[in-house]
Amino acid sequence: MNYIASVSQAGSPSSDPTFDVAVIGGGVVGCAVLRDLTLAGLKCLLLERGADLLSGASKANSAILHTGFDTSPRSLEVSLLQSGRRRYLEVHERLGLPLLKTDAVMVAWTPEETARFPELIAKAGTNGVPGVRPLPLDELRQIHPYLSDTAVAALRVPGEHIIDPWSAPLAYALQAVVNGAHVERLAEVMQAEREEDYWTLTTPHARFRAKVIINCAGNFGDLIEAFARKAPFQIKPRKGQFVIFDKTAQRLMPTIVLPVPNERTKGIVLCPTIFGNVLVGPTADDQDDRQHAGVDTATLQKLLAEAARIVPALEEEPVTATFAGLRPATERRDYIIEALPAESWITVAGIRSTGLTAALGISGYVTGLVEEHFFRLKPLSEPVWLKVPNLAEHLPRDHQRPGRGNLICFCELVTEDEIEVALSGPLPAGDLGGLKRRTRAALGRCQGFNCLGAVCNMANDRLLSPLPLQK
Amino acid sequence: MPQEHAALVIIGGGPAGLSAAREATRQGLQDVILFEREAEAGGAPRHCGHLGFGMRDLGRVQTGPHYAEHLRSLTKGLDLRCNHAVTTLGPRGLVEVSGPQGSYSIEADRVLIATGTYEKSSAARLMPGGRPFGLLTTGALQRFVYFYGSIPCHAPLVVGTEIVAYSTILTLRHFGAKPVAFIDSSRYLRTPAIVALGARFIFGVPSFTGTRIVSIDGEEQVTEVTVEGPRGKRALLCDGIIFSGDWVPETALIRASQLAIDPKTRGPVIDDYFRTQDPRIFAAGNVLRSARSAGTCALEGRAAARAILADLKANGRKH
Repeated sequence: MNYIASVSQAGSPSSDPTFDVAVIGGGVVGCAVLRDLTLAGLKCLLLERGADLLSGASKANSAILHTGFDTSPRSLEVSLLQSGRRRYLEVHERLGLPLLKTDAVMVAWTPEETARFPELIAKAGTNGVPGVRPLPLDELRQIHPYLSDTAVAALRVPGEHIIDPWSAPLAYALQAVVNGAHVERLAEVMQAEREEDYWTLTTPHARFRAKVIINCAGNFGDLIEAFARKAPFQIKPRKGQFVIFDKTAQRLMPTIVLPVPNERTKGIVLCPTIFGNVLVGPTADDQDDRQHAGVDTATLQKLLAEAARIVPALEEEPVTATFAGLRPATERRDYIIEALPAESWITVAGIRSTGLTAALGISGYVTGLVEEHFFRLKPLSEPVWLKVPNLAEHLPRDHQRPGRGNLICFCELVTEDEIEVALSGPLPAGDLGGLKRRTRAALGRCQGFNCLGAVCNMANDRLLSPLPLQK
Repeated sequence: MPQEHAALVIIGGGPAGLSAAREATRQGLQDVILFEREAEAGGAPRHCGHLGFGMRDLGRVQTGPHYAEHLRSLTKGLDLRCNHAVTTLGPRGLVEVSGPQGSYSIEADRVLIATGTYEKSSAARLMPGGRPFGLLTTGALQRFVYFYGSIPCHAPLVVGTEIVAYSTILTLRHFGAKPVAFIDSSRYLRTPAIVALGARFIFGVPSFTGTRIVSIDGEEQVTEVTVEGPRGKRALLCDGIIFSGDWVPETALIRASQLAIDPKTRGPVIDDYFRTQDPRIFAAGNVLRSARSAGTCALEGRAAARAILADLKANGRKH
């Protein structure tokens, strides 16, 4: 388990304080960009405003590895989503990232929804996604025996799978760090000024210099963009609420169940999670607040009702968790990714719910822009690879390892060693949320009744953002 | 590798499980194994550092940790496997376990589930708002205070007036903390005397009935909670919320093995002899419903052990 410590000497700052590239924003996109540019041989910095990575939009999503079958054809989004998916499938085993091959069914509950199927099948064809076809109701029942019998029609969507929304970006950032990148947290960019050859970035605790800025600031994208130009887009945070059911519900959810999408949103999805639960969400409500996403009881009750309408047996299943996230939507439908050569700046904005799948596609595309406009790249000849700890329920977990230490979290079967690993190494958890995302401790059915004290006791003196505990 | 075999596997080393183990071994049953997922047996009384334990089963009053110690002392020589979590309850008494040596399975003639209960989390209560630090149950608070000597909030709102709220009061007081108020969604205080006394005379703070939380504010930590009651909304400045009571039986193993749950008790369906729908599997203690006293659970554990012994005897197993 101590692989992280063995490479912890990497990532220390060198004598020349100027970075080639500063990535602003430690969400999944920023982490992927950091990785690719570091492996491309550049000296990279990542600045994250939160006490840990994934503190913004990336902390809450449905964790589906999409095929892009219903994404707008010929959009940048569909192309990057599909190349991101391909690249994830190429690297996931090497980085220790899980993949739960579930496939999906899209279910129509009204004749009007069924009428949209031919258009969706044609779209899947245009997008090059094979195997999307009508699913006879008796086959649907075989694939998904717990689905409500009021379904009118269904489509089979092979290739839609489930991944770990947090270990993937963490692996990208960690691989960057062990190959020389620097990650600075609690580093909100308050000022960015351009001089002759470089940008100076001011954060609460330090200043940094970088030749090129890559704006991956998610829900703050337009505010960061304003340092380079009058932002040609405006972020309109879209809140999504989710409910997570107990692990005992997963037997009820053999595949992802997609609704028929409408013009505005992909709609409310029911799916297994990689951790062995069942998820329902997201809702979609625009709001002005870029940072705070709270749940509300009435919406959660609606989500529960929707889940029980689709899979009636879910009515009996207890709720494990609820959460809300903010997706950085803009007034445009597509991703906004462009280089501003005169400003030494690359904009990566409007990456909404597909960002997790698309991240490595986006980072590949950004690497191309960097090479085209800013640097001649000399990729690392022998980059260091590492595996992140597995938290997926269908793969071996640490608690099954002979010689493991004490269990700390009983609902999620998290060991003391796992928490220790998450608190050490070159990129330790920065706050309690980050520690939970890295280990799953206190995220299970009792939500910390049993383990919160133990987890906080282990973590408290070691977090960037200490807990308000008093002795 | 030959599979291990046991006459009786007990899951959970709280008052019910330990008392059952004691009774079974006292009556001469060999091959009893007790699995406890914590590093130490004793169950919830371990983190109730105040008086009130042992009245029903021992006829004297002790603190929780002393009571847990006493229960452990009664089961010396028992095959007690701490730091072991039972992960699956299969058919025909097959029990899968995660232990320090890795995962393994045991075939048991009989299984007793004594996994206890926990308080419903803020999430499962569908509480509104974000997730600042300071949302916790009484059980979590007790562990902070009695295990680690730290306290996550000094002026919390306490939700719920079941008898466990009394423990909340004592636990907060142990650390010099003071709640800002008690609320309950019911129209009446559920344990009027104790809570009213605690609220009014120990802390001098109000109790609001028919009142529920409508919003929770705070970035890093809770700073304010808005509640709504018969006299409208009011904002309460506080640094945490203690969710007390609203007990959830720990039935994950039972539900995963598809044994029926009683919708009234939320525990497993059992017959008069503590037997679930699977004739090899029994259940006792707080897993059967919401929290009752440790002594009640201990007596139930004892009774369940007797039922299991009689059942084994009736089925021709020598012991």
